[in-house]
Amino acid sequence: MDYFAQQLINGLVLGSIYGLIAIGYTMVYGIVGMINFAHGDIFMIGGFIALISFLVLVSLGLTAIPLILLIVLLVSMAITALYGWTIERIAYRPLRHSFRLAPMLSAIGMSFVLTNFSQVSQGARVKPVPPIITGGYTLHEGASGFAVQLSNIQIMVVLATIVVLALFTWLVSRTRLGRDMRACEQDQTMAALLGVDVDRTISMTFVIGAALAAVAGMMYLLYYGLVDFFMGFVAGIKAFTAAVLGGIGSLPGAMLGGLSIGLIETFWSAYFSVEYKDVAAFSILIVVLIFMPTGLLGRPEVEKV
Amino acid sequence: MSGDHILIVDRLMMRFGGIVAVNELSFAAERRKITALIGPNGAGKTTVFNCITGFYRPSGGAIRLAHDDGRTIQLERLNDFRISKQAKVARTFQNIRLFPGMTALENLMVAQHNALMRASGLTLLGLLGLPSWREAEARAIELGRTWLNRVGLLDRADDAAGNLPYGDQRRLEIARAMCTEPALLCLDEPAAGLNARESGGLNELLLSIRNEQGTSILLIEHDMSVVMEISDHIVVMDYGVKIAEGTPQAVRDDPKVIAAYLGADEEEAIAVMESGT
Amino acid sequence: MSATSARPSPAAQPSGSAFILKKALISALVALVLFSLMIGVRTEAGPQGGLIYWTRFGDLAALVATVFGGSIVVELLRQWWGPVDKDSIVPKPVQSAISFAGRWLAPALLVFTFLVPVIFYNQRYILDLSILVLTYVMLGWGLNVVVGLAGLLDLGYVAFYAVGAYSYALLATNFGLSFWVCLPLAGILAAFWGVLLGFPVLRLRGDYLAIVTLAFGEIIRLVIINWQSLTGGPNGVSGIPRPTMFGIPLTPGDDGLAAKLGIEFSPTHRLVFLFYVILAMALLTNWVTIRLRRLPIGRAWEALREDEVACRALGINTTTTKLTAFATGAMFGGLAGAFFATRQGFISPESFTFQESALVLAIVVLGGMGSQLGVALAALAMIGGFELFRGLDQYRMLVFGIAMVLLMIWRPRGLIGHRAPTVFLERNQAISSDLVKEGHG
Repeated sequence: MDYFAQQLINGLVLGSIYGLIAIGYTMVYGIVGMINFAHGDIFMIGGFIALISFLVLVSLGLTAIPLILLIVLLVSMAITALYGWTIERIAYRPLRHSFRLAPMLSAIGMSFVLTNFSQVSQGARVKPVPPIITGGYTLHEGASGFAVQLSNIQIMVVLATIVVLALFTWLVSRTRLGRDMRACEQDQTMAALLGVDVDRTISMTFVIGAALAAVAGMMYLLYYGLVDFFMGFVAGIKAFTAAVLGGIGSLPGAMLGGLSIGLIETFWSAYFSVEYKDVAAFSILIVVLIFMPTGLLGRPEVEKV
Repeated sequence: MSGDHILIVDRLMMRFGGIVAVNELSFAAERRKITALIGPNGAGKTTVFNCITGFYRPSGGAIRLAHDDGRTIQLERLNDFRISKQAKVARTFQNIRLFPGMTALENLMVAQHNALMRASGLTLLGLLGLPSWREAEARAIELGRTWLNRVGLLDRADDAAGNLPYGDQRRLEIARAMCTEPALLCLDEPAAGLNARESGGLNELLLSIRNEQGTSILLIEHDMSVVMEISDHIVVMDYGVKIAEGTPQAVRDDPKVIAAYLGADEEEAIAVMESGT
Repeated sequence: MSATSARPSPAAQPSGSAFILKKALISALVALVLFSLMIGVRTEAGPQGGLIYWTRFGDLAALVATVFGGSIVVELLRQWWGPVDKDSIVPKPVQSAISFAGRWLAPALLVFTFLVPVIFYNQRYILDLSILVLTYVMLGWGLNVVVGLAGLLDLGYVAFYAVGAYSYALLATNFGLSFWVCLPLAGILAAFWGVLLGFPVLRLRGDYLAIVTLAFGEIIRLVIINWQSLTGGPNGVSGIPRPTMFGIPLTPGDDGLAAKLGIEFSPTHRLVFLFYVILAMALLTNWVTIRLRRLPIGRAWEALREDEVACRALGINTTTTKLTAFATGAMFGGLAGAFFATRQGFISPESFTFQESALVLAIVVLGGMGSQLGVALAALAMIGGFELFRGLDQYRMLVFGIAMVLLMIWRPRGLIGHRAPTVFLERNQAISSDLVKEGHG
């Protein structure tokens, strides 16, 4: 039971990170209808920028960890958001009204560019950081000596996810920008006729998605204590799987999918085999899609004859 | 309900969630006759079509198809492509569904898929290019040519279907449905968007299909000049139920029909009353 | 990094040096922010395990200046060129000249390909590269059946390539079966896996299809890595037998081909032999595909891409139609995989990553979906181009990615922008790809 509780905690933390990335996929899909294959690499860039800005701040003599973390968060969100904006401008906007596979391949190309850009600019080796947030709580000490641990960093990841999600939900449901986004999702032409600046709204979608990925990248850095240029691919595929599992285009679905994938992976590793955890996640995705072809919370597709 | 019926719809029900789109609808279509299904917008006509052609599974009731050879097929038990393949029911769509990137002739070749599949020995004999396959292919092209000629599109045979004008696309879709050699042809608003001259041509085409091929036709149509001129029998629907049926003359004078159309749309009501003269 | 709007309307487009300068400044500013930390600061794990960093402000300044200059050049070019109408970047007379050349291009290319081993007999590098290009041509033609004809998106095509390669490698090393016996078996096994993949994706569309095929490709790769007792895991399978010419090995020994023919042995013989094997396999793929397109099954694939609902109304069993498309494409992938294994003599999971799937898909899309000639040209351009950048070393993939983005923006519908009809009465005229649907992908 204790072991189970521990895995539950671990799974939820991992799932939170996946969920934050998955929202970026689902948002872009909902509005532009394309898979942003470069999104996983945006997450990786976010991790790198958090790492570098942290390093620079520490060497500048700052010592207050909370202040450093806040600045790192804002800097990585801002710069990563600019990456999202630029990529949309260069690689996707010229293909917006084109045939659907072209933007997808352009996105795959962009993903190669980002992966290799950070390999070339920061080297291929893994970048480790010493644990920044340490300590934690022992929730329950079992008779067998197994203790359920909840570390501070885990609390922080979950809290950050909740805060970011709350902000994001408010943004989508209460603000002018959120309304524009939902309008564009329904019908871009009509939205444009009613005075919505479609180009700007789409740009903002990429900006927000990238900023969320930056949060995920920073949490990943703090939680696992390392970044490398290739981490965007695996995390990206997992998050994309999460978005589809939840029903692509659905924001709560992305979070639900992220948590599901995180839990599946953690529990599979804990009770079966670590090697096959990804196989398990992908297989469950396939099985779910056989029975629910539009994911857990996706709108069923009505075929109009 | 006497006579030689090809299609018998018996207490057909179709519900979507809580909405009853078709409620206990019964009617029959006579063999080698043209039966029209009319009614105001939203009356449930296309839903009936989708039930007959296997795109929806009815919530209740039965749809029976009686072939010339005495076979009776329960259409509500078949689904999807089997309606066309086994029951020989072909259809067209309200919003034309051609294969726009294929030529007119290719569209007609695709329609002969099942016959050609058999002739090509499920692809294997065709891959080897055996003479029997070559003959079958030549016959299929010949059938395509015949139908292109019938609908007046012989000179556009090698043009992409998506490049044809609207009226031509409508006729090509009918030709494509006929290439499946159906026993029952279901047409969903074949005259929609056609001008007066084109819908006159459509009338001739449908009459010749009935007379020469002996194909039974069931059509949904709003254009009363088409309905009244060529229909042998008319079924009038409103709000998912049948409100009248009979010959064009009888339906035109039926006060219930006039009321339904007046309630729905004044122009259509006037069209019903004034047409067919 | 130019921040230009995608569709400039000619009337509203301002010009003048002030405008260009402003744009270039904005681009440079964006570049400055983007690269500030990633280029300006270089991190590395230090000798004690901790992280160290050093600054590279010179590189940063140079890069930002490049963006500034590049942005001015791009903007000047754009104004000199006039408003770009994407559909007709190429003027009409040039287009007709191209289409004339196109008629002769395929036969000329074929003749040239046959002569490659004769012309480049002494250049092993070119022979090796040609074999690689032909392998990708075959893969492209195979995937073209699924993506280009049936319009089903497949992001996990490399799985079938892997199934074919491992089928041959394991059958040959464990049971001593020869290449020519294993080749059809590899094809059949891959086709079987194609059908297996086909079943769950029958009801899926678009992006759901994309992720499931991608997941399938990853599953196959992960199983290969982890099932060490069968596949050797990350170490791969080595000592895979080379193909023989109808039982005669291409070795220096007494029973080798050279000895039997009474000529001096040369390792090039085997390369030439491999070249003609893959050429024959690729041409077989091409021939079968062209043949299938004119058969009802091929027309049904294309009709499925155009309109699935209409297919069902015409009595076409869309389930079997999709499954046959998956199986046919997978079979060609498996055959190419078996060839890959025998050519390399060694295979490992590293050769079957998502990047390979993306590369083959890029070849198909860049070729112009459904066009056989286009796919061959695209394979030549992508693989050949990739080799040209070999000197760039670590920048190679970066340049490759940029090229992919630019190619897609330049020709979103591929190099060959039309579809050839499969049957005609009077005129065999091409159909503009603007009319051709893209299917569920």
